[in-house]
Amino acid sequence: MRAIDERIVYAIMFGLLLVAPTLIYPIFLMKVLCFALFAVAFNLLLGYVGLLSFGHAMFFGMAAYVAAHSIKVWGWPTEAGILAGAAVAALMGLIVGYIAIRRQGIYFAMVTLALAQMVFFFCVQAPFTRGEDGIQAVPRRPIFGMIDITDDVTFYYVVLAIFAAGFFLVHRVVHSPFGQVLKAIRENEPRAISLGYRADQYKLLAFVLSAGLSGVAGATKALVFQLASLTDVNWHMSGEVVLMTLVGGLGTILGPVVGAGIIVSMQNYLKGFGEWVLVIQGAVFVIAVLVFRRGVVGEIAECLKTRGAGGGSTAPHAGSGSSH
Amino acid sequence: MMTLLAVPPQVLFGQLLLGLINGAFYALLSLGLAVIFGMLNVINFAHGAQYMMGAFGAWMLLEYFGIPFWGALFMVPILVGLTGIVIERLLLSRIANLDHIYGLLLTFGLALIIEGLFRQRFGISGLPYANPIPGGINLGFMFLPWFRGIIVLVSLVVCFGTWFVIEKTKLGSYLRAATENPDVVRAFGINVPLMITLTYGCGVALAGLAGVLAAPIYSVSPVMGSSLIIVVFAVVVIGGMGSILGSIVTGFGLGIVEGLTKVFYPEASATVIFVVMAIVLMIRPAGLFGTAR
Amino acid sequence: MKLTKLALGIAGIMLLAGPAQADGSDDVVKIGVLSDMSGTYSDLSGAGSVFAAKKAVEDFQKDHPDLKVEVISADHQNKADIAANTARQWFDVDKVDAIVDLVTSSVALAVVNIAKEKNKVALVSGAASSALTGKSCTPNSIHWTYDTWALANGTGKAIVKTGGDTWFFITADYAFGHALEKDTSAVVVANGGKVLGSVRHPFPAQDFSSFLLQAQASGAKIIGLANAGADTTNAIKQAAEFGIVAGGQNLAGLLVFLTDVHALGLKNAQGLIFTEAWYWDQNDNNRAFAKDYAAAMGGKHPTMVHAGVYSSVIHYLKAVAAQKGDGDGAALVAKMKEMPTEDKLFGKGSVRADGRHLHDMYLFEVKKPSESKGEWDYYKTRATIPAAEAWRPLAESDCPLVQK
Repeated sequence: MRAIDERIVYAIMFGLLLVAPTLIYPIFLMKVLCFALFAVAFNLLLGYVGLLSFGHAMFFGMAAYVAAHSIKVWGWPTEAGILAGAAVAALMGLIVGYIAIRRQGIYFAMVTLALAQMVFFFCVQAPFTRGEDGIQAVPRRPIFGMIDITDDVTFYYVVLAIFAAGFFLVHRVVHSPFGQVLKAIRENEPRAISLGYRADQYKLLAFVLSAGLSGVAGATKALVFQLASLTDVNWHMSGEVVLMTLVGGLGTILGPVVGAGIIVSMQNYLKGFGEWVLVIQGAVFVIAVLVFRRGVVGEIAECLKTRGAGGGSTAPHAGSGSSH
Repeated sequence: MMTLLAVPPQVLFGQLLLGLINGAFYALLSLGLAVIFGMLNVINFAHGAQYMMGAFGAWMLLEYFGIPFWGALFMVPILVGLTGIVIERLLLSRIANLDHIYGLLLTFGLALIIEGLFRQRFGISGLPYANPIPGGINLGFMFLPWFRGIIVLVSLVVCFGTWFVIEKTKLGSYLRAATENPDVVRAFGINVPLMITLTYGCGVALAGLAGVLAAPIYSVSPVMGSSLIIVVFAVVVIGGMGSILGSIVTGFGLGIVEGLTKVFYPEASATVIFVVMAIVLMIRPAGLFGTAR
Repeated sequence: MKLTKLALGIAGIMLLAGPAQADGSDDVVKIGVLSDMSGTYSDLSGAGSVFAAKKAVEDFQKDHPDLKVEVISADHQNKADIAANTARQWFDVDKVDAIVDLVTSSVALAVVNIAKEKNKVALVSGAASSALTGKSCTPNSIHWTYDTWALANGTGKAIVKTGGDTWFFITADYAFGHALEKDTSAVVVANGGKVLGSVRHPFPAQDFSSFLLQAQASGAKIIGLANAGADTTNAIKQAAEFGIVAGGQNLAGLLVFLTDVHALGLKNAQGLIFTEAWYWDQNDNNRAFAKDYAAAMGGKHPTMVHAGVYSSVIHYLKAVAAQKGDGDGAALVAKMKEMPTEDKLFGKGSVRADGRHLHDMYLFEVKKPSESKGEWDYYKTRATIPAAEAWRPLAESDCPLVQK
């Protein structure tokens, strides 16, 4: 029953996404999808391993730069540029993860934040990122040399395909034996270690995977806006992805997608209110932490669970993402 | 003229002084973070925003009430500390039993709110705050602006004052005991929640003080705290949270390291602290003065 | 709510489906003022640019009452990505025909590309980078008020000729700062001076002490400030704190606006020499504009950027009226290049093939406090640089539109 529920929800979601560009501005939709993928990747770490990374913007932003640079300056094909971005992000994930997993909990958050700031300063200074200007006018070359993506609607479907691939990859990972071990580590690390699992290696692998997928999201965003800039590596970006995941629902598959939709729409429709957007985002953060720790999807799932007795949860351990 | 590795002395000493000033801010802020973390187990992400509030407090007192810098130096930390007490009572006390990460997230949200409000009201470009003691003295090997010298002095006095209170007084011994084992302290009839509230207020007041000191030299801007706080996090990770003295020494030390980097390899000056952090984590994951916990 | 979203969406699709055909035009000419409304440059452009654009529309409609024009505005926060997003949405969804002001070079460079892609118009007044009429020129954009080449040429030459022949640059680390440093260095060297070094600072920066120390150590006679707005005023103030001017070195603000002089105060700013395109106290027309401006903007006076926005909007509307349509951006810009320019603030001029608006430039010196008759009375004119000498020769331009 549970699997069927999930499938219906996914089918509705992707059905809506398929027709969405006829109603809504496609660039806005692509932005939502990029952030949704970013949040899904981030949630793999926070929701399923219990590691709060406060520096995920470094993977997102650096991949955007790498993709933009390789496509614009080196003339690489689009798909190679995105892959290059993802590969660099994954490699960074390996190094950062190797350093950061030496500490847990709150220290892990601070270490990732600090390392991300280091990457930010690197991007400010490195000539190839072009500092404040960013890498502008990144060309959208045909995918595989055939699909012309200069048209926004066509490109939307490409972005949707990328998002879907990332989404189902995470879905697979979470439900695989590997994902079960991650959850075991989250719940009780010493016990998992005593059972013979090398917790650090599992964490590192999850970190690399999360970083790589964040890279795919960042590289795709660079193509959507044809621009890679410092905004993408800024610590605000790291905070935003935490917010999206928290609002949507930690440790749920759909939560980050919903959260990304909510936050990006909020930013878009409240744009006229200037700096109030920041205040509102902060307030949402505070409220989510105080009264709403399961997030939107988590709360709905909880509601359904208590109503339909024994119906099972579509949201494994919603909200308890980081308890030790 | 004396030169050291072909660096003119006024550059070397000038950058060392600037490093020492940065170090003074690192020390004041990481000290506040350490005090708060010790009692509340919360990493106060709003610390940078509260530092910014301190600077704006000084600016507003001058602009709206005509209160000069020296008045602000005493009033602003108290005012900022009071806002901290309100925040602790209203918000932080509610999540005391949850995972520490929620404390980080909550204070992060608070930081966004505070920064957003100030940006809304004052824009993001800085507001000028006149230097209360203009001029300086030519020491021969460098030019020392009076006010920058005073920052270092005030910071040293405050840091070691705090250290003295916590390590050498009875009040401090309660604090340390409550950090180690709140239940036992409670059993002795000490009001631990009150102590927690006051501790947060004091930690925040330290941030406010740093803000007042920063106002005349960095100009007052809503975004002045957010990038600084991340560097201070790195300082805290390097020093380890265990020791008050450790956070002071690490703060000043890293300021000087940064100043030296500006002389010998300026390109790395923005990143050197993070590199140091990565190296420390590889060798001593608990930090230089930390104990594993 | 839903209906508006639907309408917006459909409008977007329709625009996407056939942006290049017909002239896609509607009854209303829509002008978007994209500027820094809250940041470092908000005083020298910002809300004042919105005023200037509206004033231009008002003045133009006196002669053309049946032309419907709407002015909207947005804040780009000096961030290229925010500007690019807004520009795209304006062109795609909100049917904006022309974007004006575009202070900050990174923003201008991003938006002229989008204007070209969507075949709309970008009229740059606030940004400085000479790349806008160089390798980044487009058939859809005009650079109106000033550029780094003209600033360097005016100020750099004047200073080197009066003995300031060794330079050290403190440069804002983005397109504008780089361009200004590059153009000024070339002028300094061409006039027999020497550049001893440079240091780049993040944008915007609060603390310049470390950069000033490096400049001090270089021993250069002139410390060139290749930055703008609050960055320049902060650097000048902190230089005083570190006794740099007292030590015999001089500062050269390469891009100084009236509002910067106002923020610095005459005591700090007196004697500064720099190049600008426009000053409110030059003639009666300018003074009348400044009077209206001050009335609307709480006593502040307009900068050359505001005047440039006014002038560029007038010329754009003339082209729209002549062309009887606002749809085809490239055709409009071609028309603007073909017609001579004339308006009450910039007088007569022309637009060159590379998109450079040609007009006289002026070398100003900031008055001593004793010379000033009151607030906002700040400049005296040292020299007029005629249009023929003020701008980079077309032959040196690497703009692809210029046939060689």
